[in-house]
Amino acid sequence: MQTVFQKPEALTDVQMHYCPGCTHGIIHRLVAEAIDSLGIREQAIGVASVGCSVFAYDYFNCDMQQAAHGRAPAVATGIKRVRPDNIVFTYQGDGDLASIGMAEIVHAAARSENITVIFVNNAIYGMTSGQMAPTTLLGQKTATSPRGRTAEEMGYPIKMCELLATLEGPAYLTRVSTHDSRHVLQAGRAIKKAFEMQQQKKGFALVEVLSTCSVNWGMTPVDALKWVEQNMVPYYPLGVYKDVTAKEGN
Amino acid sequence: MPRGEVIINSELCKECSLCVAACPQDVLAIGKTINSKGYHAVEAVAPERCTGCTLCAVMCPDVVLTIKRRSPERK
Amino acid sequence: MARILMKGNEALSEAAIRAGLKAFYGYPITPQNEIPAYMAEHLPLRGGVYLQAESEVAAINMVYGAAGAGARVMTSSSSPGISLKQEGISYIAAAQLPCVIVNVVRNGPGLGGIQPAQGDYFQAVKGGGHGDYRLIVLAPGNVQEMADLTTLAFDLADKWRNPVMILSDGILGQMMEPVEFSENGTLQQLEKPWATTGAVGRKPNIVNTLDIIADKAEKNMQALLAKYDRIKAEEARWQEVGTEDADVILVGYGTSGRVARSAMEMARRQGLKVGLFRPITLWPFPEKRLQELAKSERTFLAVEMSAGQMIEDVRLAVNGVSPVYLSNRLGGMVPTPEDVLAKIHEIVEGRVS
Repeated sequence: MQTVFQKPEALTDVQMHYCPGCTHGIIHRLVAEAIDSLGIREQAIGVASVGCSVFAYDYFNCDMQQAAHGRAPAVATGIKRVRPDNIVFTYQGDGDLASIGMAEIVHAAARSENITVIFVNNAIYGMTSGQMAPTTLLGQKTATSPRGRTAEEMGYPIKMCELLATLEGPAYLTRVSTHDSRHVLQAGRAIKKAFEMQQQKKGFALVEVLSTCSVNWGMTPVDALKWVEQNMVPYYPLGVYKDVTAKEGN
Repeated sequence: MPRGEVIINSELCKECSLCVAACPQDVLAIGKTINSKGYHAVEAVAPERCTGCTLCAVMCPDVVLTIKRRSPERK
Repeated sequence: MARILMKGNEALSEAAIRAGLKAFYGYPITPQNEIPAYMAEHLPLRGGVYLQAESEVAAINMVYGAAGAGARVMTSSSSPGISLKQEGISYIAAAQLPCVIVNVVRNGPGLGGIQPAQGDYFQAVKGGGHGDYRLIVLAPGNVQEMADLTTLAFDLADKWRNPVMILSDGILGQMMEPVEFSENGTLQQLEKPWATTGAVGRKPNIVNTLDIIADKAEKNMQALLAKYDRIKAEEARWQEVGTEDADVILVGYGTSGRVARSAMEMARRQGLKVGLFRPITLWPFPEKRLQELAKSERTFLAVEMSAGQMIEDVRLAVNGVSPVYLSNRLGGMVPTPEDVLAKIHEIVEGRVS
């Protein structure tokens, strides 16, 4: 018997604090697997954001900085510009990236900062206990949209990949999901590619990962995966929104 | 002789059942023993059916599972 | 090295580059624009990075990232922009990262104007953002000091792992004076084993400000406060002129320190015993020396371009032993030596209110 699956070296032994079934854990592992498979753990500098993933600095077994809410792309820019040979990534949620950090992510993308962004979209603020997020779906009930989000009152959920794809800067933009094992494996390949892009100095790469928040959505972890498939995927279509290497025929 | 083996680090398990749902061979089920965090940890109730496909581990958010396989033809 | 004529903001910028500046992250705002312009012109040609950020908020967070990665890094702005940077400054102080922040102060509050002022004193020396922290605050009084205190700012930042603010204003930034750059101005740059440079053959380094366990957070705060106590004990700097026999000691920093100096000289020519105490570090405030100078028969006169902010620290230092008065202008108006001299006359003639 040969070991075919084990904890990646780029994850520490610290037990993650996420709620049962939270797909943050899966996404952390995918990032760590990508780092392992590219052999860049000792080069990597991660930037944790504010929200449920605030403790990411305890889980990734590489140098880490913890950034203020929404500012991870600016912090990553600051690092990457003075240490261009390191591999710099951010790990951000939807409130962090698409609300308070909208300016930072748009401008990092426009500058084509040579960083890798992991954007976890679960359509809610998890850490602060279930408030409406910029990516909360129309009709979705949250602590601050108790009768469901309406476009009239609260506007429309923001599609970040589509929005960033209007810019010249980004090298790679893709949306993937965690709602079943096939999609998780696909997400892993996208995340690895986003790190490879940085190694090849292609510029800004962002992987949006549709994720769950079963506790704040009020359902079981298994049902939450179905909810992603049935409700999030139709509004947030999966796919590649930008890939400069495709243009080059790679 | 099963083709695969799933090794469970019960202390890390949070009883979310994503692995149970992901296993195509119904190898896994939530068990009766409670770990130190108060969760019923997952158990291999039909280990003989394990093919070592890793899909349970792929869906596990807490890296509870280590998978061994007889012939590592995939992945 | 020969003395050359330079604007204060340019002298500051040149000194920063000579101190081994690796990155400058800024955002346009008047009246500090000579600094980013000088950096954009010179820094990339001398091995550094110049980047115009999308906002002051982004710029200070870029500073956080680069400082955490071990680089000598700075930003500059002016009052409303410095307000926007307060979030990042609080994080930088909490993470104990070294960096230099220049505030070319303009009159406020709000959008205010673009004239020189000192209304950001409280914000600079009392913290400014959220939480219990202190910046080291340096107040240059001439173009030479714009250069020398910039060099010192980088050394103090590294030595104490603490953000250092240079509090200047439009007059100091725009005025031209001869300046000389010392050849060995900066300390040997310190090793930064705590920096995030990639965990090669060591455990990961973490730059973090989250402190969620109360008893641990209290211990960390006590350690931070102990550092501040050491800085207070070791780093207070000031200039004194004619204080020994003075009946009235003028206290002013930066531009108002220059005005006070002129007023003191005019008063001396009239036979009045007037001295000058010019704080160079605003935090730590040179309170011990002021305390020593306090006597019941001596009066202090704070000269400020604000509603009277530094005067509170003067009062705390003299602790009721001497009377303390204020001579100030507001709204970007600069006090004249004659204004100050008139106040000195009121004091010595017992007409002061």
